[in-house]
Amino acid sequence: MAVKAAYENYSGPNRDAVENFHGNQLVYLGWDEHMMFPCAGVFPLPPQMPFGAIIKEVVPSAFSLHPDFASIDWGKVEWLLDGKSFNPTLDKSLEDNGVNHKSLIRMITPGLNGINNSGF
Amino acid sequence: MEQAKKMNMKEKYNAMTGDLAWDFSYKTEAEIFPLSDFEGIKIEDWSKWQDPFRLTMDAYWKYQGEKERKLYAVIDAFGQNNAHLGVTDARYINALKIFLTAVTPLEYGAHRGFAMTGRAFPGVGAQVASQMQSIDELRHAQTQLHTISQYNKYFDGLHDPFHMFDRVWYLSVPKSYFEDALSAGPFEFITAISFSFEYVLTNLLFMPFMSGAAYNGDMATVNFGFSAQSDESRHMTLGLEVIKFMLEQHPDNLPIIQRWIDKYFWRGYRLLGIVGMMMDYMLPKRVMSWKEGWEMYFEQNGKMLFDDLARYGITMPKFWEQSVEEKEHLTHQLWLTFYSYGHAAAFHTWIPDDSELDWLSEKYPNTFDKYYRPRLVYLREQEKLGKRFYNPSLPQLCQTCQIPMVYTDPKNPTKRVYRETIYNGDRFHFCSDACKEIFEHEPEKMSQAWLPPHQIFQGNCGGATIPDVLKHYHFTENDGGEFLHSRDNANWNLWKGLTPDEEAA
Ligand SMILES: [Fe+2]
Ligand SMILES: [Fe+2]
Ligand SMILES: [Zn+2]
Repeated sequence: MAVKAAYENYSGPNRDAVENFHGNQLVYLGWDEHMMFPCAGVFPLPPQMPFGAIIKEVVPSAFSLHPDFASIDWGKVEWLLDGKSFNPTLDKSLEDNGVNHKSLIRMITPGLNGINNSGF
Repeated sequence: MEQAKKMNMKEKYNAMTGDLAWDFSYKTEAEIFPLSDFEGIKIEDWSKWQDPFRLTMDAYWKYQGEKERKLYAVIDAFGQNNAHLGVTDARYINALKIFLTAVTPLEYGAHRGFAMTGRAFPGVGAQVASQMQSIDELRHAQTQLHTISQYNKYFDGLHDPFHMFDRVWYLSVPKSYFEDALSAGPFEFITAISFSFEYVLTNLLFMPFMSGAAYNGDMATVNFGFSAQSDESRHMTLGLEVIKFMLEQHPDNLPIIQRWIDKYFWRGYRLLGIVGMMMDYMLPKRVMSWKEGWEMYFEQNGKMLFDDLARYGITMPKFWEQSVEEKEHLTHQLWLTFYSYGHAAAFHTWIPDDSELDWLSEKYPNTFDKYYRPRLVYLREQEKLGKRFYNPSLPQLCQTCQIPMVYTDPKNPTKRVYRETIYNGDRFHFCSDACKEIFEHEPEKMSQAWLPPHQIFQGNCGGATIPDVLKHYHFTENDGGEFLHSRDNANWNLWKGLTPDEEAA
C-alpha cells in the first residue's frame, strides 16, 4: 500500500540511510533471556570491523554489568543474525559476515539465563 | 435610525455560527478547500453536520472567560500558600514532569491541528466546531503551563518542556503520534484526535492524572483538570459525531475510517503505556491499577462503544486483543525500562517500597511475584550496594511507535518481540505486528521517522557522548537519575523536617 498524499508521487528522505552515519552502519545487539537490558542496544560501527571486535569491544560495553557476563563461555555462544542462526567468522568483517546496516544480532548463552535463571 | 429587532434563539444561533461563514464568488470550492478530498472521504452534504452543543461564538467566549477567571484565582492562592508542600511526597512531582513534557505539548499540537481542520473542512458547522476546539486546546496548553510552573520554583525537571519535547528520546513517542496525525489530511487528523484519542482513550489519560492529583494533594492540577473538563466533554461528543457523520455520508468511507481507527487505537495504546506506568509506579497514593483501568475504560466501555458503532459496519480496532494480553506485563516492563535509562530522563525513577510492591502483587497476581518483584528487589539491593543500575547503551526503537523494543510475547514474557520489514533495500524494526502493519501501509511516510538514538549517531544532537546529548536536551545534572539521591528528595526532607529514615520512600 502507499500513503495517500495531497500531491502525486509523494516521497521523503529515508532519514536513516547508511550514508548519514559518517562511514558507519548501525548494528543492533541484544542478549536473549537478559531483560535487565530491556531492549537491544544500537551501535554505529564500521562495516570493515572484524566480527571478533564486536565480542571484544561492543558486547562488553553493552552487557558487562550483568553478573552472568563473566561466566560466558564464548565457544558456546549461539548467534542470531536478523532472526536466523548464524556462525560468525571472527576475523572477517561485519560486511563479509553478512551484517548489514540495521542488522540485528542476538546473543544466546546456553545455561546462562539471567539472575537465578529468571530471564532478567 | 431604526432599532435592530432582537433575534430569537434560533436566529441568534444561526447568526453566531453558520452565518459566520461566507459564500465565495470568484474561486471554486475545490480551489478554496484543496485538502478536502485527497484522503478519499466523500461528503455529499455538509449541511447534515449536526452541532450537538448549539453553542454560539459569543456564548463560547463568555463561558471560557469565566473559567479562566476562576482558574487563575486558584493559581494565585496556590503560590501564596506554599501549596507545593501539600503533595503526598516528592516522588509525586515526577508524574507532573511527565505530564508537562509529554502531554502539554500535545495540547498545543491539538490547537494547531484543529486550526488546520477549521481551515480545511468545507462545511461551516465543522469549521466552527474546529475553531472552538482549537482555542480550547490552546487554553489547555496555557493553563497547564501556568499551573505546573508553580512547582517549577521548587522541583527539578520542569523548566523547559517545549525544548525537550522536540528533542528528547522518550518524548518522541507522544510527538510522533501527534505529528503523524497533524501531517495527514483533515479527516484523518480529526479521526485520530477527536475519536481515537479523545473519545476512546482520553479517560485513561485524564482520569489517572486528575484523580491521581486529587489523591496526592495536588490541588493545582485538580483545578486545571476541572477547568478543562467541560471542554473535554464537548471534544468527546465531537469525536463521536464526526465519525457518525462521515459514516453516514457515503459507504466508501467505512474502510478508510476503520483503518484510521485501527492505526490510532494502536498508536494511542502504545502512548498510554507511559500513563499506565505512572498509575502503577509513580503515584504515592494509587488510584487504580493500569489493568483495572484498561478493563473498565477499554474492555467494558470501549466494547460498548464499538457495539454501538457496529450498525455502521465499524468493528473493534484491529489488534485490540494484543492490548488485553499485555495488560499484566506492560507497566512493569516500562518502569524497568525508564529505571534503567534514568540517567537520560528528566524525571526521577526509584524502586517502590515494600507496601507498594505488595499492592502490585495484589493487583497483578498472575505476573508480579513471578516475574517483576524479583527484578525490582534485585535492583534495590544493587542500589544499596552503591551499584545503581543504568543501561549503558542507546536503545533500539520501534520505527512506528518509537518506544524502545522492550515488549515481550505475553505467552513467553522473557522473549522479546522482534518484527522487521525491508523497504527500498533498508531494514526497519518494530515492536509488534501492529506497528509493522502501520509502517507497511505508509512506508513513504513512516520511513522518515526521526528516531533519537539514530539522530545522535548522525551527529544532530549536540555530540556523541551522553553528557553532550543531555546538554542539548537542556537537562541539568539534577533533572534525572535515582530519586533517593536527588535534590528533590533532599529538599523535600529539609522542608518537611524529615530525617532520611522517615522518608516516605
Ligand atoms: Fe485538551
Ligand atoms: Fe481536547
Ligand atoms: Zn511499536
